[in-house]
Amino acid sequence: MSELIIRNGFVFDPLQGIRGDRMDIGIKDGKIVETSTLSAPRTIDAAGMTVMAGGVDIHSHVVGPKVNVGRLFRPEDKLFKSPHKSPTCSRMEMGSSVPSTFKTGYDYARMGYVFVNEAAMPPLHSPHVHEEIRDTPIIDNAAMPVFGNNWFTLEYLKNNEIENNAAYTAWLLRATRGFGIKVVNPGGSEAWGWGLNCVHIHDPVPYFDIAPAEIVKGLIETNEFLGLPHSVHLHCNNLGNPGNYTDTLDSLRLAEGYAPKNDFGRKQVMHVTHLQFHAYGGDSWGNVGARSKDIMDYVNAHDNITVDMGQVTLDETTTMTADGPFEHHLRAQNNLKWANVDVELETAAGVVPYIYSPKVKANTIQWAVGLELALLAKDPMRIFLTTDHPNAGPFTRYPRVIAWLMSRAARDATMKTFKWLDRTIDATSIDGIDRELDLYEIAQMTRAGPARALGLTHMYGGLAPGMDADVAVYALNPGDMPSDPAAIENAFSRCALLVKDGVVTVRDGEVVTEPAKRTIWVDVKVPENTQVQRDIYEHFLRHYSVKLDNYSLFEEHLHNSRVIEVDTTQ
Amino acid sequence: MKTVTLTLTNPPKLLLEGQNITPDNFAGKNTAEIATLDLWEGKQKIPLGKHFTVAGDGGATAAETKIVLRGDCTRVKRIGQQMTAGEIVIEGNADMYIGGWMQGGKIHVKGNVDSFCGIGMEGGELIVDGNAGCHLGSSPRGEWRGMKGGLIRVAGNVGSDTATFINGGTIIIGGDADIHVSTHGEGGTVVIKGDAKGRVGGQMVKGDIYVYGTIENPLPGFSMVGEVEQEVDGETALFAHHIGDLGERHPVSRGKTVYANLYTRL
Ligand SMILES: [Zn+2]
Repeated sequence: MSELIIRNGFVFDPLQGIRGDRMDIGIKDGKIVETSTLSAPRTIDAAGMTVMAGGVDIHSHVVGPKVNVGRLFRPEDKLFKSPHKSPTCSRMEMGSSVPSTFKTGYDYARMGYVFVNEAAMPPLHSPHVHEEIRDTPIIDNAAMPVFGNNWFTLEYLKNNEIENNAAYTAWLLRATRGFGIKVVNPGGSEAWGWGLNCVHIHDPVPYFDIAPAEIVKGLIETNEFLGLPHSVHLHCNNLGNPGNYTDTLDSLRLAEGYAPKNDFGRKQVMHVTHLQFHAYGGDSWGNVGARSKDIMDYVNAHDNITVDMGQVTLDETTTMTADGPFEHHLRAQNNLKWANVDVELETAAGVVPYIYSPKVKANTIQWAVGLELALLAKDPMRIFLTTDHPNAGPFTRYPRVIAWLMSRAARDATMKTFKWLDRTIDATSIDGIDRELDLYEIAQMTRAGPARALGLTHMYGGLAPGMDADVAVYALNPGDMPSDPAAIENAFSRCALLVKDGVVTVRDGEVVTEPAKRTIWVDVKVPENTQVQRDIYEHFLRHYSVKLDNYSLFEEHLHNSRVIEVDTTQ
Repeated sequence: MKTVTLTLTNPPKLLLEGQNITPDNFAGKNTAEIATLDLWEGKQKIPLGKHFTVAGDGGATAAETKIVLRGDCTRVKRIGQQMTAGEIVIEGNADMYIGGWMQGGKIHVKGNVDSFCGIGMEGGELIVDGNAGCHLGSSPRGEWRGMKGGLIRVAGNVGSDTATFINGGTIIIGGDADIHVSTHGEGGTVVIKGDAKGRVGGQMVKGDIYVYGTIENPLPGFSMVGEVEQEVDGETALFAHHIGDLGERHPVSRGKTVYANLYTRL
């Protein structure tokens, strides 16, 4: 394989503490190497530009059945919004808020991203997830199966059988080729099967006689018992409702007393996702207000927690979540089309289009809440840039979110478009925040931090020798940053260069090659557990509509596997 | 106003995608430049001049440009799509999507048109002397924001799914309408001077429908509330007034629930 050297760029690598030093990055055989080991490298001049590791997205909905429902039931999301086929790409691209698999891969690559974690895989439908992973070019993917409403999990945790739950979890991770433990509205999506919900962490789950708090704690214990690369990844109860910040604080407190146990450098025991949707005060949409400060005071003081933003981008988008009751609730608010599904024994899902408008007070408050969370964060290694794509906005808006974070002027310009600006300012603290993040902090929020929280810093998120040669170069000079925030947005939208696995993949914002992408999953070795084997057999015999033999992913569904092995038997 | 005449002298083997045939695209261009505009035949991009003989130059602006289409355009789609001003006269028939997403100006088709004409219309006038197919003045597939404004007038009959998700504007049909009229409507007016087959106003929230003839299968979600005299399209007549669709949500304005109105002529 060829050698490359990326010369003279301003390098930002928080994993190594490098803050914009002018450095050369050496690449050989798809890995970062010391430049001294190169013999005859091809040179790429990055003088005057910003160099970072490839971007890492910790939470995005890009593959699988609910994403595809979004594509299928929103043809209008493609109309007049699909570009002509790029002459440099092998496939045509479609869609806007729910792009086609191909557009998803290309657009992430154009932004300099190389790894995207699919945030919710219904275990029963894991073959569909993996088929779409295969069809999403360039970017490496992992997918987290959902556990928070799974009958096995609920039964084991009700009896406090952590070891059995761990054995089941290991089995399901392997059966689905999954990456980690996702929890969506714990108990609430199961209650949805009864037309109910769990909005507080002590609300009982019908039939199972367990509450969300016990589910979350049990899953944290399971996760640390197994020592998985990533922590429990939690979508809290009571998403999106005024006054929910107290429920969020209750959920955050569930992590108290737990410490991470893993060999992957992960420092948190709980990742709380799309925090923006969970930080509202008031008791109605009439008096809703930001409670970002209460939430971030807690997060800042507890370093066993990481979070991501779920930033509202003020676009027309498509919401989709395993939080079935939430989507029903949303449909009743906006009267738009609604898809709803139950996944037997495991989870639920719903999909509803949504328009976040600068003319709607609730939406502009949501916009402010997301930014406040990031701007009030003390440690950008523990808060990550997401839009919960596509729930709060499409991932293609990350560059705009970066511009808002880096520039008070960008925030002010957007706020000028708000119909209810005064009320938004009254209900939030965004207008009192002058903080502007720098490129180092952006690198923390978009690659180093998420990679560490995922337990993947041996491969992604940094530029140390031995790591994957995933390098993004942006046409931004840190010593001479543009005064126009639109220039920051443009630079992050279309990277000057992306090297993926040592291959020049994007040049001047255009995809020029499509190197092989990979599927990351976690294979956990646990001691043989006959009890759990019997439980699995029994449930498939009595309750599942598929046979056990047909359930696990067939090997041919798994595309270009990159397995992370965890051995608990040692 | 300057006139560009397109004569279809070399008919396509496949259907032609003619979305570039608009006053907006022709404005400021001379005969030769217009002949180089793109059309699509299947997936092949081809110059307009391959199929059409072009005569005349475009005006300075769309509003000052008139396009006349001659020859058999039965297989030419999307004429006048997204036009904002000016005029198009189609001397015979035309295919689907004529005047789709139209924002202004006027299209006059002297023959028949196929389906999806005037979909997503925001303004302007689409006049059809013959019949129209399905989805006339409807919303595009999946879209809940349908026709917003403008006028569609079809002298003959129309197919099914007229005015789905209509939000504004007026559609006047001289003949009969097949099933599904103003489904999910939330504004606007549809006038059917002939008969309607059924499912008129299903899931309609707001807006008006007039049917002069009979409705073969009226929906149970509409309830008669009285008789009213109304002026429609320049003539006054007596109608039975029904409100509905009672199975659908309805907004409340100044303390009163707003319903869709279905008027059937007495
Ligand atoms: Zn999500």
